[in-house]
Amino acid sequence: MAVPLSYSMRNLWKRRLTTGLTVAGMALVVFVFAAVLMMAEGLQKTLVETGSYDNVVVFRKGSSSEVMSGIERQQTSIVEMLPQVAIGPGGRRLLAKEAVVLISLPKRGAGKASSHSNVVVRGVQENSLPLRPQVKLVSGRLFRMGSSEVIVGNSIAKGFEGVGLQGTLNWGQRRWTVVGIFDAGNTGFSSEIWGDVDQVMQAFRRPVYSSLVFKLRDPNVFDTAKTAIETDPRLTLEAKRETRYYLDQSEMMAKFLRILGMSLTVIFSIGAIIGAMITMYTAVANRIGEIGTMRALGFRRRSILAAFLAESLLLGSLGGAAGLFFASFMQFITVSTVNFQTFSELAFKFTLTVPIVLQAMAFSLVMGLIGGVLPALRASRMKIVEALRAS
Amino acid sequence: MILLKILFRNAFRNRLRSGLTILGITVAILAFGLLRTVIDAWYSGVEAASASRLVTRNAISIIFPLPLAYNEKIRQIEGVKHVSYGNWFGGIYIDEKNFFANFCVEPRTYMEIYPEFVLTPPEKKAFLADRKGFIAGRKLAARFGWKIGDTVTLRGTIYPGNWDFVLRGLYRGRDETIDETQFLFHWDYLNETMKKVSPRRADQVGFYMISITRPDLAPDVAIAIDMAFKNSLAETLTETEKAFNQGFIAMSGAIVTAIQMVSFVVILIIMAVVANTMAMTTRERIGDYAIMKTLGFGAGAIAVMIFGESFVIALTGTLTGMLLTYPAAAAFGHSLSNYFPIFLVSDVTLWLDLAAALLIAFCAGVIPTRHAIRVRIADGLRRIG
Repeated sequence: MAVPLSYSMRNLWKRRLTTGLTVAGMALVVFVFAAVLMMAEGLQKTLVETGSYDNVVVFRKGSSSEVMSGIERQQTSIVEMLPQVAIGPGGRRLLAKEAVVLISLPKRGAGKASSHSNVVVRGVQENSLPLRPQVKLVSGRLFRMGSSEVIVGNSIAKGFEGVGLQGTLNWGQRRWTVVGIFDAGNTGFSSEIWGDVDQVMQAFRRPVYSSLVFKLRDPNVFDTAKTAIETDPRLTLEAKRETRYYLDQSEMMAKFLRILGMSLTVIFSIGAIIGAMITMYTAVANRIGEIGTMRALGFRRRSILAAFLAESLLLGSLGGAAGLFFASFMQFITVSTVNFQTFSELAFKFTLTVPIVLQAMAFSLVMGLIGGVLPALRASRMKIVEALRAS
Repeated sequence: MILLKILFRNAFRNRLRSGLTILGITVAILAFGLLRTVIDAWYSGVEAASASRLVTRNAISIIFPLPLAYNEKIRQIEGVKHVSYGNWFGGIYIDEKNFFANFCVEPRTYMEIYPEFVLTPPEKKAFLADRKGFIAGRKLAARFGWKIGDTVTLRGTIYPGNWDFVLRGLYRGRDETIDETQFLFHWDYLNETMKKVSPRRADQVGFYMISITRPDLAPDVAIAIDMAFKNSLAETLTETEKAFNQGFIAMSGAIVTAIQMVSFVVILIIMAVVANTMAMTTRERIGDYAIMKTLGFGAGAIAVMIFGESFVIALTGTLTGMLLTYPAAAAFGHSLSNYFPIFLVSDVTLWLDLAAALLIAFCAGVIPTRHAIRVRIADGLRRIG
């Protein structure tokens, strides 16, 4: 017969201070574990959502980001004429030639001279907007083609000095006015500044485009388009689906965060496991008489083992639940940091997903199990007579 | 003396529990020490940078170049001693995960400005004589098993194509804070190739490194340089090397802050564990305290007993942790040398370890002490177990 679960629960309640401290230790470990996974997930999700599946990004072979790439004007025309490019309303091809550069802007509220960060400036064409349906203007208006006007993403408007509506920026001996703020949701575009590509190229004295983006006529013809671009001897270009392109950019950083998080939590969990072990050993030591009585009443060794394991698993699940509860508040926080791979600023949110919840709960149960197994074994191995004599 | 003996006896009355607690503190202090060292490693570039060297780059951002012609103009500015220049090459050796810093520089002046990179005279001569030659840090060469005379090919990301280099020298750092994982080659090699394949990108310099005659001139020289190129097509931003490196770290500030916060979380976790141990200890011993009170010992004596025990446990764990930090950092630094070329435990970290130990011991002792002092003698004696 099994010892009722309420026995284990009441024991935890009886020693509230000890239970509370042990749970607090475990909750902190689970919190760190969940928070780091949420950060990596948020980063990846942001970059994945930036791309659309039926868009293709074309850039110079060998360059790992748009900033390093360069495409001659005549090469862009060759790509534009590919039969796989979708035709938009009005018979125009849905292809945008873009120029991407980084500028250094002061971060808001830091006050120190050195807290600048690199922000992406994307020179776009009229076609760029229908290719990126995520981008929506929230205030002001769109820039006029052929003028020194720009629109900025909302993460940039929030995080950087002097880029609010009607703010001015100086590059290339020109003054640029911010005429609109756009929201691109949870995507990388929210951390960019957009202007007319010809003006941007002129100002930065860059005679070449950085990348081409086009929509496929049919999502399935990607492979033909890729082969056509990469085997053409006149082109030294590489093509990727936009989703793939942005996923690749998040890889290094997400991996870094995951490894960091895993190694930290494994080390930290040693502390929490020891805490659970101490609690459970004491719980056993204080209850030797009780254990003897239960054994005398006819409870089997494995029932005692199960009761103590249940107690420590309860500790673990309480810790896990508490840790996840606090971690879920992290979802309101937006982090803005430089992505090592593109060397430019990217804002992203902590994102809690079901797999992270499950992983965190499993992790805390494992902590409870490891912490409880030795004390529970000791409890179950006691001899009845000695245990009864002890108290 | 007798007090100390009692404290130790008390602390180790329940060997298993004290042992586990000490083990927990050791692990926590070790983790704390390693995390602090990771942060220090992050800032090592700033620490090693000299305040008497300036870096000039394009004011728009680091990805925009400056004309080579600025070299002569900067040299004419009062207070400037040497000027060197270079570009970030961003080449990949076989695979992207083999990341290391690779630059091209103007070698003669670069050696003058950076005396901390030590080369033997024959190696230096061989490097200067071969335009396709490169020098690598001792650790970098060891990582890939390069030997003098080997040809190494990098795949360019910013400058397309495959580039061959011949290893002409292994530099050593003047002391252990110098990064020995860099890859340096001739700026001329890059420039002459660019002249052939893409003339538009020739004669462009990524950054100028400037040494000045007196460190206190740094702000004036920086302003003078920036003023000289004001309102030109390529305006400059000049700052000390320290500020320049600091700028890179400020960009990944969110991650550094996260690691910093996490390093304090581990202290909180262990605080909960030690507080738990102390609560249990005093709960078991409440009868002892009642007897002490009966004998006439005051609240102060009981507080000394409990806090003393807490300190004994915390300090034993911390000292073990501190001792283990050195071998752990050595092992850790070795496996992470790609990311953190410099990985040294600083004195500040050790002081913080100690401060953390005192904080843990104090916080863990507060509630049990209050409880032990407040308990009435009769209640304390009545309670068993």
